[in-house]
Amino acid sequence: MPSLDAYLMLSGTLFAVGLVGVIIRRNMITVLMAIELMLNAVNVNLVAFSHHLSSLDGQIFAIFIITVAAGEAAVGLAIIIQLYRLRSSINVDEATNLNG
Amino acid sequence: MTPALIVFFVIGTVAVASSILVIGMRNPVHSALFLLLTFLCVAVLFVMKAAEFVAAVQVLVYAGGVMVLFLFVVMLINVRHLPDEKVLSRFARGGFLVGAAIFVLFLTVVRPGVYHDPVDNEQALRTTYRYVRRRSDHKLVRRGTVVGNSEAVGMALYREYLVPFEVASVFLLVAMIGAIVIGKRELSAIEEETAPDFILERMETEKEVKEKLSA
Repeated sequence: MPSLDAYLMLSGTLFAVGLVGVIIRRNMITVLMAIELMLNAVNVNLVAFSHHLSSLDGQIFAIFIITVAAGEAAVGLAIIIQLYRLRSSINVDEATNLNG
Repeated sequence: MTPALIVFFVIGTVAVASSILVIGMRNPVHSALFLLLTFLCVAVLFVMKAAEFVAAVQVLVYAGGVMVLFLFVVMLINVRHLPDEKVLSRFARGGFLVGAAIFVLFLTVVRPGVYHDPVDNEQALRTTYRYVRRRSDHKLVRRGTVVGNSEAVGMALYREYLVPFEVASVFLLVAMIGAIVIGKRELSAIEEETAPDFILERMETEKEVKEKLSA
């Protein structure tokens, strides 16, 4: 059986990859995908600890995180569509209206 | 090397490799497909940790719902990427640095052998509990019944986590309404001239309904 350490390292790697994706990509859809990757890494962590501690709480938390991720994806993609209508571009670097 | 360990290494390698390809692909459709592969690998990892229900939800919600949503938006927006267009933002170098720093931080926190004392009592993840009054001294005692993981999760959701569960349903309703309101659009003056008749007709009826409702 793979140990808890192996799961934590894997989820840490996935989280780091997602974080790099959020920062370096210009395409807003890919940025949203990288956010989903990070949420998934957290879920791996929670499920691994749930098994380690023999408690169902981690799995319940993972289910709630999946719920929130679904809602976040829906609203985020709606915002992306509206931004594309306004500026005909989904480039993160060009959406700088709130830049002080 | 037990078979479980071999499966873990293969699936974990595929998950990490496809997650790197998600952020590395130029075309968002390819990114979405590699994201799907990552989600399926993570579902397999969930099954290996006795979380069958979470794995099923992962496949249904992520691989089914969220992925279709992503592909729909990619289809709606239809951005043409020129081959010489820049993919990386101007924070790329800092992003790699931050990612490497976080990675090193995680690896130092989670060295092998930091978390010992494994309990690994999988039975507890498949057990539902109920309180019964003992016949001899009339005290409440907790009695566990071994069922399946899905049933145990369902019981926990509808007992200990009932309030968060209902809040989550309200959250989903709010997210759905928000997405509809944000994604909806009004026609501009130029578009109204060039729009086909059926769209204008629909706009007229919408206006009439609004006026009747406000009157």
